Amino acid sequence: MSASLKAKIAEVFEEPGCDKNVGKTEKERKKGCTKQLTPGAAAGGCAFDGAKIALQPIVDVAHLVHGPIACEGNSWDNRHSASSGSTIYRTGFTTDINELDVIYGAEKRLFKSIREICEKYDPPAIFVYQTCVTGLIGDDIEAVCKRAAEKFGKPVIPVNAPGFAGPKNLGNKLGAEALLDYVIGTVEPTHTTPYDINIIGEYNLSGELWQVKPLLDALGVRILSCISGDGRYAEVASSHRAKANMMVCSKSMINIATKMQQRWDIPYFEGSFYGIGDMSETLREIARLLVERGAPAELKDRTEALIAVEEARAWERIRAYKQRLTGKKVLLITGGVKSWSVVAALQEAGLEVVGTSTKKSTKEDKEKIKEIMGDDAHMIDDMTPRQMYAMLREAKADIMLSGGRSQFVALKARMPWMDINQERHHAFAGYEGMVTMIAEIDKALFNPMWAEVRTPAPWELVDPLLVEQSAEQLAAEAQPA
Amino acid sequence: MAHVVESKKACAVNPLKMSQPLGASYAFMGLESCMPVMHGSQGCTSFGLVVLVRHFKEAIPLQTTAMNETTTIMGGYDNIEKAILNIRSRAKPQVIAICSTGLTETKGDDVDGYIALARQKHPELADTEIIYVSTPDYLGAFQDGWAKAVTTLVTKVPRLDTPRCEGRINVLPGSHLTPGDIEELREIIEAFGLEAAFVPDVSGSLDGHIPDDWLGTTIGGTPLKALQEIGGAAHTLAIGEQMRPAAEALQARCGVPFTVFDRLTGLTATDALVQLLGSLSGRAAPPRLRRQRSQLVDAMLDGHFHFGNVKVALAAEPDLLFAVGSFLTEMGAELAVCVTTTASPLLARMPAVEVVIGDLEDFEQAAQASGCDLLMTHSHGRQAAERLGKPLFRLGIPTFDRIGNSHKCYVGYRGTRNLVYEVGNLLMEQIPHHGPDHWPLPEAALAAARGSAMPMFSTLPEPGVAHVSTEIPRLLHSSEPVSAP
Repeated sequence: MSASLKAKIAEVFEEPGCDKNVGKTEKERKKGCTKQLTPGAAAGGCAFDGAKIALQPIVDVAHLVHGPIACEGNSWDNRHSASSGSTIYRTGFTTDINELDVIYGAEKRLFKSIREICEKYDPPAIFVYQTCVTGLIGDDIEAVCKRAAEKFGKPVIPVNAPGFAGPKNLGNKLGAEALLDYVIGTVEPTHTTPYDINIIGEYNLSGELWQVKPLLDALGVRILSCISGDGRYAEVASSHRAKANMMVCSKSMINIATKMQQRWDIPYFEGSFYGIGDMSETLREIARLLVERGAPAELKDRTEALIAVEEARAWERIRAYKQRLTGKKVLLITGGVKSWSVVAALQEAGLEVVGTSTKKSTKEDKEKIKEIMGDDAHMIDDMTPRQMYAMLREAKADIMLSGGRSQFVALKARMPWMDINQERHHAFAGYEGMVTMIAEIDKALFNPMWAEVRTPAPWELVDPLLVEQSAEQLAAEAQPA
Repeated sequence: MAHVVESKKACAVNPLKMSQPLGASYAFMGLESCMPVMHGSQGCTSFGLVVLVRHFKEAIPLQTTAMNETTTIMGGYDNIEKAILNIRSRAKPQVIAICSTGLTETKGDDVDGYIALARQKHPELADTEIIYVSTPDYLGAFQDGWAKAVTTLVTKVPRLDTPRCEGRINVLPGSHLTPGDIEELREIIEAFGLEAAFVPDVSGSLDGHIPDDWLGTTIGGTPLKALQEIGGAAHTLAIGEQMRPAAEALQARCGVPFTVFDRLTGLTATDALVQLLGSLSGRAAPPRLRRQRSQLVDAMLDGHFHFGNVKVALAAEPDLLFAVGSFLTEMGAELAVCVTTTASPLLARMPAVEVVIGDLEDFEQAAQASGCDLLMTHSHGRQAAERLGKPLFRLGIPTFDRIGNSHKCYVGYRGTRNLVYEVGNLLMEQIPHHGPDHWPLPEAALAAARGSAMPMFSTLPEPGVAHVSTEIPRLLHSSEPVSAP
């Protein structure tokens, strides 16, 4: 690992915005917060995966993966981060290095690749992702990117997050570091307003940002930059002129929020778009921070008025389902982040959460879950698929909400399942999204197909009529004529 | 005879290719009670898993040795050992199948040595078969990884003392055969009274069925015992050129003679199989197969109207490219664009002018340049199809935006019939609707009709030049220079 990457990893572990980290001793902190992975019993993405998730939603940038075919060839175009314009982010670019490159180094191939992209696609910027093999053979992507940027006259940003550096979550942070080091603050916005905010850690999966943006538009709040969903390079580069930052999604890009606060004195708050209460709280926080930073105080009143109208409208629509859903049991298996915010939303609809995974949740997340679900909250730290399957087969839950990878645990147990992770196709943000989510749960739970597929096969049945008949027949035959 | 060229670009754009270890892992998924493992960082496994889940809509057993930078540099023995022990105690598979990745190959881990060492240290591992295959990401493609995995299986596992049994044959299917294809082949073979062992058999594990209990391993496939006994078969059928090395290896080890079928899609291609099965079994083709052949002939007759002169852009791995491409040309279509992932002796034999080893950018540009009517490739071709406004026939792995991929079947008489109908129906949707302005008269004719010109005979259009609809501009090219007699 290059010295710079090592220093970077140590730096992202030094997180003043993370209570868990602040609570550690100096020695513990140095170790980092990455749990050692268990060979033969691990699941989840690598640091490269995490960096790509975090940055690929910047839609007008060419994302070039420097490595062998596996890293891009096996993974491209597999997320639903939506764009309102450019589609170049969905194009798969990779150096696809071969054996000779491994032996002689692949820096030249990388440089030529950047040239080809400039010539053919001319994007406003190119992001270059380091991977394990090119990292191991010592390709200096920082140097190549610097040279290419000079030569081709456009930003070429190195993203140094090779897979073997750690898990997905570390990659999110390393991706964010690349933005802090090379992008944010390099462009001045054409104009600013007292209502400018950045949204950090929102990836616009299935277009969720657009369930929230109309609310902000209505209040006159401008999203100067969304990092990174439906983002544009120039917007991200000029995001340092925002008046306030909102941090979405727990801790995945907290380093952007904390460092923007240090460098440009932009206050931030942590909020969620999931759940009605959370959405309202988020709008209030945005208004509060903007007013603190000089926006007219009437913004708060308008915000309260909007919340009142929108909450009422959402409740009205959810009420239709509440009666049907009350008492239904949910098993919630998700990557940390959304656990607590989704729990609140589900309870709003009358659902009972019988268990939630906390494998990736921070200590703070867990406290929030307790606060919401009470002390007897069934927190599952690391549940094997077999245990989930057993739980569903024994009908301790009526539906499982999880990411795509564990869906078959539920489906093979003939139990309803709904996707709540990033590969999903439905948008669940804001007031609008909660109504959609409840409607989707209802749709999954009450599909008549479940009764049909749980019907035993004919050969598993012994027809009682047939049995009786044959007994009667036998008795009749036994009678003397 | 095609000219084979390799794309000269430094940067692959919109990859067609997937990696070797993924192909190898997929092959191992065709073994019963197996846990495939990628020896690499956990991302390698995670990406591979997601691709296969999205294609098959099935739980995919695939583990990782979770290498990080330190363990890579120091060597992965500890990780291999821990992975084997953990998998054995948790998932309890009969077979643990390990493939290397770019990361561990760059370092140069001696995995065979590690496994031997682990077996010494842990005698309890004697109850578990452990297979290793070297599959660096930076060489070859998905199909090569599959071929290497199967070659390793038939080189290492079969016993040498299995007595020969005349009614038994082996089938080594290439990675391009779907679970549905394998089921179809089994039916054809069994119709001759022969018993077939498929190595591997993804139709047992990835055909989409509901097992009685949750298993962490594969839920079906070639049983280890069957694999051990393939040396006793009378003959081996290798399906796809990629399977030739495996068939040769099995012959070298156990003396089983083999036949390679470069494809089983098409009428005469299937005839060749039926003929061989007839001579192996000593039985005539059963009536059901005869009927199916007749149905295929009828399908080809009904379908040929829609295939004739259609320009197709086809991108797939070599064996699939050859099977489908050859049949399309047999139906009268023209293979205007052929793109593939990796080298194969079949490429030069493609019924096309040129085959490019490249990516979907090459595919898209060539399809546009030659005015193709139909695109055929995996789901990643959807962006190109949208941009070009052309229909996309999805073919190969990954097909993540359709369901039922396991049961696609394009081999044998029935499978070929499916292909005729599915492609033919897509082409029928493209039949242009004509309007009143589609057949304009040329200026000379209009002038003549106005009476404002007295055309000389020499300025009349050349005889033999057909006027075609403006909807089909490409045909204008072919009718341009027609020399007068």
